[in-house]
Amino acid sequence: MKFTIDWLKNHLDTKLNDEKIIDKLTNVGLEVESFQSQPSELDHFLVAKIISAEKHPNADRLKVCEVDIGKKENIKVVCGAPNAKQNLITVYAPPGALIPKNQMKLSISNIRGVTSYGMLCSEAELKLSDESEGITELSTKKYRSKIGKSYFLNKNPKTIDLSITPNRADCLGIRGIARDLAAAGSGKLRKKKFSKIKFSGQQNLKVKITKEKHQGCSAFGSLLIKGVQNKESPKWLKDKLLSVGHKPISAIVDITNYVMLDINRPLHAYDADKIDTEIVVRNSKKGESFEALDNKKYVLEENMCVITDKSGILGLGGIIGGTRSATELGTKNILLESAYFHPKSIRKTSRLLSIDTDAKHRFERGIDPNSIEEGLLLAAELIQKICGGEISKKDIKINERFKQSKINFPISKLQSITGFKVPEKEMKKILESLGFKLKTKKNILDLVVPSWRPDIEQGIDIVEEITRIIGYDKIKTELPEKVRIKPTLNNQQKLFHFLQRSVASKGYFETVTWSFTDSRINDLFKEDKKEIEIVNPISSDLNVLRSSIFSNLIFYLKKNLDRGFKDISLFEIGPIFTGNKPGEQEIILAGLKSGLDSRLNWIEKERKLDVFDSKRDVVQTLYEIGLDPYKININTKTPNYYHPGKSGAIYQNYADKFPIAFFGEIHPNILNKVGLKTDALVIFEIFLDRIKIGKNKLKDLKSKFQYSDFQKSERDFAFVMDKNLEIQELIKIITDVDKDLIKSIRVFDVYEGENIDKDKKSVALNITIQSSKKSLTDEDLNNLNKLIISSVENKTGAKLRS
Amino acid sequence: MSDIIKIREEYLSKLKEISDLKEINQLKFELFGKSGKISNEFKKMGSLNPEERKIISSQLNDTKNELQNLVEKKIKDLEINEINLKLKNERVDVTLPSRSFNRGKIHPVSQVIDEISSIFSEIGFSVEEGPDVENEYNNFTALNTPENHPARDMHDTFYLDKNKKFLLRTHTSPVQVRTMLDGKPPFKIIAPGRTYRSDSDQTHAPMFHQVEGLHIDKNINMGHLKGCLNYFIKEFFEVDKIKMRFRPSHFPFTEPSAEVDIGYELKDGKIIIGEGEKWLEILGCGMVHPNVLKNVKVDPNKYQGYAFGIGIDRLAMLKYGINDLRAFFETDYRWLSHFGFDPLDVPSSYRGLSR
Repeated sequence: MKFTIDWLKNHLDTKLNDEKIIDKLTNVGLEVESFQSQPSELDHFLVAKIISAEKHPNADRLKVCEVDIGKKENIKVVCGAPNAKQNLITVYAPPGALIPKNQMKLSISNIRGVTSYGMLCSEAELKLSDESEGITELSTKKYRSKIGKSYFLNKNPKTIDLSITPNRADCLGIRGIARDLAAAGSGKLRKKKFSKIKFSGQQNLKVKITKEKHQGCSAFGSLLIKGVQNKESPKWLKDKLLSVGHKPISAIVDITNYVMLDINRPLHAYDADKIDTEIVVRNSKKGESFEALDNKKYVLEENMCVITDKSGILGLGGIIGGTRSATELGTKNILLESAYFHPKSIRKTSRLLSIDTDAKHRFERGIDPNSIEEGLLLAAELIQKICGGEISKKDIKINERFKQSKINFPISKLQSITGFKVPEKEMKKILESLGFKLKTKKNILDLVVPSWRPDIEQGIDIVEEITRIIGYDKIKTELPEKVRIKPTLNNQQKLFHFLQRSVASKGYFETVTWSFTDSRINDLFKEDKKEIEIVNPISSDLNVLRSSIFSNLIFYLKKNLDRGFKDISLFEIGPIFTGNKPGEQEIILAGLKSGLDSRLNWIEKERKLDVFDSKRDVVQTLYEIGLDPYKININTKTPNYYHPGKSGAIYQNYADKFPIAFFGEIHPNILNKVGLKTDALVIFEIFLDRIKIGKNKLKDLKSKFQYSDFQKSERDFAFVMDKNLEIQELIKIITDVDKDLIKSIRVFDVYEGENIDKDKKSVALNITIQSSKKSLTDEDLNNLNKLIISSVENKTGAKLRS
Repeated sequence: MSDIIKIREEYLSKLKEISDLKEINQLKFELFGKSGKISNEFKKMGSLNPEERKIISSQLNDTKNELQNLVEKKIKDLEINEINLKLKNERVDVTLPSRSFNRGKIHPVSQVIDEISSIFSEIGFSVEEGPDVENEYNNFTALNTPENHPARDMHDTFYLDKNKKFLLRTHTSPVQVRTMLDGKPPFKIIAPGRTYRSDSDQTHAPMFHQVEGLHIDKNINMGHLKGCLNYFIKEFFEVDKIKMRFRPSHFPFTEPSAEVDIGYELKDGKIIIGEGEKWLEILGCGMVHPNVLKNVKVDPNKYQGYAFGIGIDRLAMLKYGINDLRAFFETDYRWLSHFGFDPLDVPSSYRGLSR
């Protein structure tokens, strides 16, 4: 909402200066976006300095000038003026500028093989004098510090631009803004001047509002003005509209716009001679159409509020008029409309048709239903003054009478909500100056809400009115109390934070990527999950919710590889989506690592990353969050984007149905499909929501400290076994032989090849044995050895290697 | 001269000359081995009478101890010599690079969420979360923003179905609705998380982060709201003074509503918070609208309180001098490395929010 201080002063007597008014507007809740002059065509003309002026290579009389216009780089302008010379300060017009003398629009042009960006101007071209011989010469002393600044002072009045919140329809008119300022003590709201119009005759055009369901119009006021002479608006009116960014059209249209801006009362003027017989306000039928003033043809749905005559639709009530009945300069007789349309109906229609107009913007927020007559009279008087004509009596058809809303406001509510006390007298004064009518009844204010404030519905709204007018700076600052109702984080949240930092501590950079992704990349990681489309995506390559974090991680990995990085470790912790309903999502931590380990390292051997790198990171992380290494179980059932032979799924417990993590090398086809080139790429993912963490706190988890000082023994074994037998199985068999005595098992060699059958492998283990009760004798140890060997041999078919 | 004295003298002089571990071990063997000279002397004692035995044995034991100590000392000395000699050849260039060690980084958004949680934890707030996909009721209707309300235009919403029933939440406020529907007052929560609007330019991203705050109890008023936010802003920016301005505004789900500006100035292109004459809008807040309380089955005649919503990314930008919002989500390794945080820097009140 734009307005000027001058216009504001038509409604407000104030002694405050501009800055004070701006501050006050902000304080009462009318946010000032900007306070500046409307841009002028002349703003483009800049003070410039010629740095050099060389002869044009292909034209004797022309010069190629290098010009400083206050930007980083100088620009090149071809100029024919004899006085163009080095160090001259002059006026420069860029491409796009309109030359005042001949209204010619400049463009970048090629003048005999040299490109010229804009023009250096003579005084005549700027309409400063008749001097057209050479370019303008400006005094060095006066202008040397103004290079790059606008040459002409902008004389347009300063405009205040307010960002009006959707609840404040009344402030879409300047009078409403003045009323707020007056209530806040910034001046006095001027009394309305009542027009003394001589009415001649009745409004004899028949108007009817149909009684039907969904009727969007509750009142339709109109009057006729006969014998007008429409014309260009007088200067004062044009200037007023221009000052707030409105384009003048013709006196009649300009006056309706003026009234709309002035008191927030949209009007519509019809050429009465183009109306066929009568006006009927009714619901549209599906498929009806009309041509609107924006020169577009609209085909309507049913139940849109339309203004019609015998020949069809004239316009969409409260949104836009039609071309058929539009006023023109030749219009003689006009019908002026001032009506009330329901916000909901306006909003529904304008959304379906995608129309946004000034009238629609106001009606959908709620116009003062009692302003119908005022609007008609204000506009009629102005029209008569400017265009002449005779004004008929008004005719107001009412379909649904407006009910003023009433609120019983307990005075104590203000203090209970805001924490501070306001004297009753002051409360009343504020409310009255905002237009409320009130009576006091035993600590209760009986309020009648002004008709222009549809946003005020209940007591809490009254609290806001009083508080904002008094000023939010009156609210006290109460120190926060340190009372805790619940622990800050629950176990799942703690797990989230722990995992995040645990993985970051292993060399991974955390990233945050969109929750949506490109369906084409998502397909590679989606498996059998449902694709969740966004109906209105921001772009076609962010068109689905992600089914996996990898689609984004891989996309950005590629970008970083393209930047020349090779060894990259990234992870993200966040949601993936399994459906389009609330709750159909899961928190995942996904990580990837590309390139080589120890690249170009003088001490360590460079090698490609492999599945055991990702296994180390994921397993270590799971141990850190407190999972029991002896319970974790691994199998090879991994999603199809993992290398089928070099990946694993981790289960928290042996018998669990769902894995809590995957790790492995990426499927080579994926690299191929996304066009990714790297030495190696290993990935892992952890499913947070599937991890079961006990409720015990650390204090409960720390058990009694027990240790053994009895002699430890170590024994080495080598078994030759089936190639496909998993080490996990072997270790479990050995551990189960005696859980108390077998303290640890290390795998120190796995060998396939010479001296071993093709379908076999040799596995060498080191087993630590210790009792917590006694020193083991040679016999004890030998017995245990035998038991280990026989168990392994019997259960797996392996043989001790001799 | 007795044999014992002879042995002693002979070996004392031998000991002096020895300069090598092999020789001293040989000497040790000669003296104390199974048939070494000292051992032999002990064997001879069997043939002596008790009187003599007493004298000789004490003499022999003394000599044995003396020689043994000297031999052991000599061995130690020689060993140390040998190590020292060896060390002369064991020299490496310690200025060569070490074995590699990689520590990752925490994203600024995560770090700031942890900072915020730590600050609010101090005044008794707990953390709640809600789903990214919401239904239209929780995101709008329950929050006093019915269909056809112009305020819905302020949120450019991503929809997940043609009927516009399911959507990506446009703010974290639906967590208020979920929390209050699931529990009983009092409520004292913050809810950080991802939020979405179909808006994309230099200062807007289609996804961003917000933290919602909600405190409902029997007599919570706007003074508490002001106190809470004043405390938060001061703690977050780690400054002693803060200039803060509450200004009336409008949100459908709060009444009265306010926007909060903080004072700042620009010094050498960097924003200094808490000083200066300029104002920067950082959050929206207000007293929870009675209609919202009714919608979540909380009696507005008994309970009241405040809510606020803060842009997390924006806070991170202000505090850590990050200029471009879009860069948060572009995974540029250089950016992550530059603006990321060490995972050991866990924000907490006792060690300070940040280093």
